[in-house]
Order: sequence, then structure tokens, then C-alpha cells
Amino acid sequence: MRNPLRSEADAFRFVLLTLAYFGAIAIASVLGGRWAGIGVFVILTLAALLLILQGRREGPQRTAPPPRADTDEHRVLVIANETVGGRALREVIHERTEGKPSRVRVVSPALNSPLKHWVSDSDEARAEAYRRLDASLAALRDDGIDADGEVGDSEPLQAIEDALRTFGPDEIVISTHPEGRSNWLERGVVSGARERFAVRITHVVVDLEAEREEVR
Amino acid sequence: MSAAAHAHADHPPAAHHSSRVDPATLGVLLFIASEVMLFGSFFTAYFFIRVVNGEPWPLPPYKLPVFVAGVNTLILVTSSFTVHWALQSIKRGHRAGLQAGLVLTMALGTTFLLTQILEYHRVGFSPRSGSFGTIFFSLTGLHGAHVFVGLCLLAMATTRAFRGHFTPQAHWGVELPGIYWHFVDVMWIVVYTTIYII
Repeated sequence: MRNPLRSEADAFRFVLLTLAYFGAIAIASVLGGRWAGIGVFVILTLAALLLILQGRREGPQRTAPPPRADTDEHRVLVIANETVGGRALREVIHERTEGKPSRVRVVSPALNSPLKHWVSDSDEARAEAYRRLDASLAALRDDGIDADGEVGDSEPLQAIEDALRTFGPDEIVISTHPEGRSNWLERGVVSGARERFAVRITHVVVDLEAEREEVR
Repeated sequence: MSAAAHAHADHPPAAHHSSRVDPATLGVLLFIASEVMLFGSFFTAYFFIRVVNGEPWPLPPYKLPVFVAGVNTLILVTSSFTVHWALQSIKRGHRAGLQAGLVLTMALGTTFLLTQILEYHRVGFSPRSGSFGTIFFSLTGLHGAHVFVGLCLLAMATTRAFRGHFTPQAHWGVELPGIYWHFVDVMWIVVYTTIYII
């Protein structure tokens, strides 16, 4: 459900709805007595609940990046936990940025255990995410890809949404381990991102173990 | 590709917040949530007295000033429109609209508060008039205190507006008191309907 008090305009709309709701109950009570008031209260409450439930069933609206002034620049948002050093991902980034003015941002979610998340014990997770981000950016730099980065929310989809709003990417690249080894795939991060964000999304599978095998 | 700007300190990790809601707005929302709980406890007492105890409301021979409180409700609802107008004005860069909207909101809020004080003097019962009087004065008084706090916040916003603060891009100092003021308005609609009408 959308938070009705997210901005002053939302709060004002809420005032009007409250006025209509209680106004109808009050008018029914004055004109028809207590039971008429209770009847209107029940009908309006049920109608409101149905609308809320229907809104939930339809799901949230897809989030689009905010409009940018510099439309010539191609922006790529890369979401990767520890797979950003993989060759497949670097190839995709090269392919997307080659021959045009572009910008790459890597977001490393500060993955945390549910228990630590709920007790706000996130310092260690964020420090670890920074370490991974440094390693990722260094790996990209070695490959000639100039990128900046940030540590994101512990929830990958929320981290994507945050970066979507602040960075305004033209496309998102999500890098995961192969199926069976990827926690993100099991949690439906890629499919969830496709449902939730109105921007081109590329899923890159990086098999770091196979790449290590090749090196040997 | 543009030059990258990648800088962060290793320790301590930088504070992080979601882009979904601004931290200041989140603070106001949490504050309002706690206020809703506070009002909820008073309403629980009210419904307990009225429904569970089955006492008549208002307790005879007293009568509640429904008409005066209704006019007061109109005044407070109108003040929600004026504060909304003030904010819409600054979003469009109209400073005069912002200032006029805030002054009008303050005037309406003050009128509401003064009318309520006057009503207290003329109502004919006091907080000592049994549980009926206690809960009536507690609920309306609690709301009045919130109107007073809202007026203080609006006074700060108004002063800043006349000092040239706020722009179409930066107007949190009006947005947050605006949200709070609407909350106060919503609470009054609930209080008026349940205490005076039903």
C-alpha cells in the first residue's frame, strides 16, 4: 500500500479522503440515526479495504529512472555482489559502452543476515561490501573500464531502486553466479527486477569457478 | 566514458538511507505514527466509557456545542487548503503565495484554538464532571495541544518565508510542517465526528 503521508500533497489528499469518509458517516448518523451511521461506516470501510486489496493484487507500478538532462550519455548500472570480476560481465559492459559517451556505476549490496538486519547490525556487512566494491572497481579498471561505485541496501532490489533514482541508468546489468549456486537467482532478484523496473535489464551469468579452471 | 569519481572512507561505513523516502520525512512519519498511538490510547478510553460502560453521551443535562465545533471544523479544514496552497506556490516559485498561504493558515489555526478555549469556558462542565468530562477535555485538549505545536512549526516556516528562505527546489521547512498540519486536521475530523456527532 502506498504511504499516504509521503509528501504534503499525499497528506492533503488523505485529509480530503478522511473528510469524505467521516462526513458521510456523520451525515448518515444525523439523518438516519445511529444504525444508519454504523451501516455507512461498515460499507465505506469494506469498500476501502477492497480497494486496498485490489491495489495489492495489481502490484506496484514499475519504477522508471528520473528524466536526465544529458541524454547523450549512456548510463549502465551494474549490480553485482562478487561476480563483477567475471569475464562475461566485463565483455557485456564493454559491448554496452564502446564508441559512445557512457558512464558505469557498480552497486554492491551490503548483504546481511536477516537477524543482523533487524537489529541494525550492518556495519560489518557494509564494510565487507566496500571491500568487494573496491576489488570490483579495480578489476574493471584493469580491463580498461572506468566506473564508479557505491554500496547499496542489503536488499538487492531496493539497492537497484535506490540507484535507479539517484543515477538514472539507461539499462541495468545484473550479474549472478550460475543457477544452483546463485542465491540471488533463487530469491528471484532478476525476475523481480524485470517486474519492478521500467528499464532494460540484462542478466549476465558469471561462472567464476570455470574461469579459474581455465586459468589453471 | 566520463571520469569516475570513486571515493569513500573505509571506516566507519558511510550512513546509508533509502531513496524511497527522505530521512526528514521518515522522521516526521515516525513521529506521527507515535502520535497516532497516543491518540489511539485516548480513543480507547473514550470508547470504553461510552460503549463498554454504556454511559449516555453527552451525559445529561450537558449538551455539546456541535454547531460551534462544526464551524471550527470548517476553519481547520480550510487551513489545510491554505497550507497546501502555500506549498504549491513555492513549488512554482511564487513567494507571495507562500507567504499569504502560511499567514492565512496561522490565522485560521489561531482562530480554531481561540474558539476552542472559548468553548471550554462556555460548555458548562469541567474535567471533574465525571469520566464524561475527563475524556472530553482530554481528547479535545490533546488535539488542541497538537494544534499549538503545529502553529509553532508554522510560525517558524512563516518567519523563514518572510526572510526569503525556500525555493522551488528546497522547501522542506514548509513540506514537513504541512504534513504535520494535515495530520492535526485528520485527527480533528476523527475527534469531531466521534465526540460531537455520533
